[in-house]
Amino acid sequence: MNYDERLQNVSVLGAAGKMGSGILLLTAVEMADLSLKPENKGKTFCLNAIDVSPQGLAGLMKYLKVQVQKIAEKKTVMLREIYADRADLIENECIINEYVFDVMNIVRPVTTIESAYDSNLIFEAIVENRDLKTRLFSQINENNKNKPYFFTNTSSVPIHTLDEGAKLDGRVLGFHFYNPPAVQKLVELISLENNSAEMTEFAKAFAKNLRKIIVPSNDKAGFIGNGHFMRDALHGIHEVERLSKEMPYAEALYIINKVSQDFLVRPMGIFQLIDYVGVDVVKFIMEVMNPYLPDEDLHSDLLDKLFEMGVKGGQNSNGSQKDGILKYERGNPVAVFDPETKAYVDISGFKEKCDEKLGPLPGSWKPWKAVNFSRGKKEEMLKTIFTETNKMETLGAELAKAYNAKSNEIGNYLVSSGVAHNVEDVNTVMMTGFFHAYGPVNKYLK
Amino acid sequence: MKKLRRKVYMAAGYNTVSLGTGRKEFNPKKERPGLEHYIKEAGQGTLKQIGGGKNVDEGAIGNFMASRFNKQGHLAGFIPMIDEDLQYKPCIRTEGACASGALSLASGIKSVLAETADVVLSLGVEVQNSMKAIYGADVLAGAGWFKNRKSGHAFFFPGQFSDRAGAYYEKYGMEYARSGMRQWFVNAIENARLCPTAQEYENKVPDLAGLYDKMTPNGKSFVDNLNVLDCSKVSDAASAIAILSEEGLERCGIPKSEAVEVISIAQVERNITNDPPDRTELTAIKKAVKQALEMAGITKDDLATIEVHDCFSIAGILTTEALGFAKPGKGAQFVADRNTARDGKIPMNTTGGLIGWGHPTGGTGVHQAVTIWEQLTGKAGEAQIKIPKDRPYGMTINMGGDDVTVVAIVYKRGDL
Repeated sequence: MNYDERLQNVSVLGAAGKMGSGILLLTAVEMADLSLKPENKGKTFCLNAIDVSPQGLAGLMKYLKVQVQKIAEKKTVMLREIYADRADLIENECIINEYVFDVMNIVRPVTTIESAYDSNLIFEAIVENRDLKTRLFSQINENNKNKPYFFTNTSSVPIHTLDEGAKLDGRVLGFHFYNPPAVQKLVELISLENNSAEMTEFAKAFAKNLRKIIVPSNDKAGFIGNGHFMRDALHGIHEVERLSKEMPYAEALYIINKVSQDFLVRPMGIFQLIDYVGVDVVKFIMEVMNPYLPDEDLHSDLLDKLFEMGVKGGQNSNGSQKDGILKYERGNPVAVFDPETKAYVDISGFKEKCDEKLGPLPGSWKPWKAVNFSRGKKEEMLKTIFTETNKMETLGAELAKAYNAKSNEIGNYLVSSGVAHNVEDVNTVMMTGFFHAYGPVNKYLK
Repeated sequence: MKKLRRKVYMAAGYNTVSLGTGRKEFNPKKERPGLEHYIKEAGQGTLKQIGGGKNVDEGAIGNFMASRFNKQGHLAGFIPMIDEDLQYKPCIRTEGACASGALSLASGIKSVLAETADVVLSLGVEVQNSMKAIYGADVLAGAGWFKNRKSGHAFFFPGQFSDRAGAYYEKYGMEYARSGMRQWFVNAIENARLCPTAQEYENKVPDLAGLYDKMTPNGKSFVDNLNVLDCSKVSDAASAIAILSEEGLERCGIPKSEAVEVISIAQVERNITNDPPDRTELTAIKKAVKQALEMAGITKDDLATIEVHDCFSIAGILTTEALGFAKPGKGAQFVADRNTARDGKIPMNTTGGLIGWGHPTGGTGVHQAVTIWEQLTGKAGEAQIKIPKDRPYGMTINMGGDDVTVVAIVYKRGDL
């Protein structure tokens, strides 16, 4: 089965979810482009968007239309060539509309798993539940005569457990997109030893056509991305617990969030990042990973407690941030949730005091955005800022140095424990998947 | 007609801001002023200088495609909206693609010549940021023959002029040609920085030539032979000017020193269903310029400044050749040597032209006349150039489509 044939019938499980919808969009566009190639004329391409929520699927179709139109507007020059033989399509607008129709026409939104029985490729983007994933894979595999490839978007479940549980004979690999898949350039590719060369080649070709950067990762729980993020988050939580002995909890949390954002020149503080991903999701990923890590305890009582109290974070359907560990106004944290009093404490009440305690940011400091998008000057800016930080002995500088040292340690551990092939891969994942301005394994802070 | 049978003047010009990318106040996601706003602002700007609508006999408005950009036809009906004293007066809308503005001028000039009017309010307007550029390209393609649309480029007009640039590269060398086109762009921005209504007024790029060189034309995302800096702006704007007889000047209390006299006008139409006979030549412009100069009884060397239709930098280069300032193939050199810069031999587009000031398609012809009026009467502010006594003439060249409709007008200060 060649590349085009493999993509003639595809199913995405969990298609209406945050990750599933992005994967569906990218796959639909790739499949439509194949269907429009002259050699594929007359062939039917079919993409099953499978989800348990009819409401979610309705939203998915709206999202698709808007996104495909934007994509079409950007590649109209090429589309005019593709539709050159269609005398009825003259103006750009007609051509764009036709392309949107051709993409949408491939997608079949359904709530039944049986549609996947004819597919050659199954993308899985459902909840991080190993048993459910195994059960669905097994059911599809037993009923599907095409010996389909199973690509899972899991960010934490070891792939070989799915392979063994569903008896897939090596027809499964990890194809881990970052959120949102349509924008983020990174794909973590987690291969198994018993994957066929043909399947790995197909995965690479598919990622390349989607213009993604592939970072190979070994099949160890959490892979590179969550391998770093979970441990980094746990370090932040431990630091808050340590500081809470000397100061109120809310102030300690504010301080660590600020250090991990401003002093480390990252896109957001560690607690904002946990909220962005979702307290429930982070807790869940840790739970999935932990059994596979005999030498450490990847678990947080604080997250358990917050989860029980219904403090979850995550995003609203319009992409705005829901309140979680922090409370947000226009995307900016304004209060900290205190599990003791079960209420938010306004940051404005202690901000000045805490900022004074932390000490000033380096004089050459610039926010992440200015540094990360400084076109060729990033390296130099980071060196200047962190050289200055190294000379400072304030609380803020000391916490930042300790935080970065831990991040370094995690990065190196991912290599020594065989998750990543090398530190460059670790740094690439954190820079492309998490938008860090620099990798965790660095020599900036000492 | 060997010469105009009656004296015709222009005065009281007014330009709105040219709104679009480049202006700080432009935000494509927010609601912006519509056609009504621009027509009113420009019209009232001129009426204020000539004693109000009561002094006006006729109105003319040039517009290319409001019917598609704004879903609005019947633009003459907006002229009485400018001032209640214009109610029930004869008004006309003119259309000749990007030369619609100059056709509004021509219509006014003809009315004054025919003695059916002594004061005509001439306007030009286009509001084209109402849609994304990829759809705007469909609308602007209406300036070509629709039967060619299917085989044309997604960005139809940039495609047409990319082909012209390609033909010029092939004949005379790409690097050489682009050295002239680059200087054309640099001049346009430097001039626009001196004119507060220009779209590129706030452009602060320190190394314009360097920026230009970085942007190699890329046919995959745009067209083969031009980058976006070679192109005019997508603009929302209107301009207005009064066209008057001697009696009209008197009625409005405008001294001749505050007006420009229209010395000659040439209007040329090339068959739209034919491809240009030679892509490295602008034959309709050449013809119009020749006629206008002959009617004025002057040569190109008597001109102090010219507003040329640089919808693309290559059009600027080719126009210097059509004007006779450079032999075929030598226009790029002529421009690269700064001859058309504001301190050069023959300053062109002194407030930025279509690339620097902006190109509200149906408004451009009137904007060009306003600029020449400002320069010849000393009202150009920081953009003012010196008008030599022995070369007192100015010229505008407005082009519609790919060298299809052309209007060339020669002016001189009214009291000279």
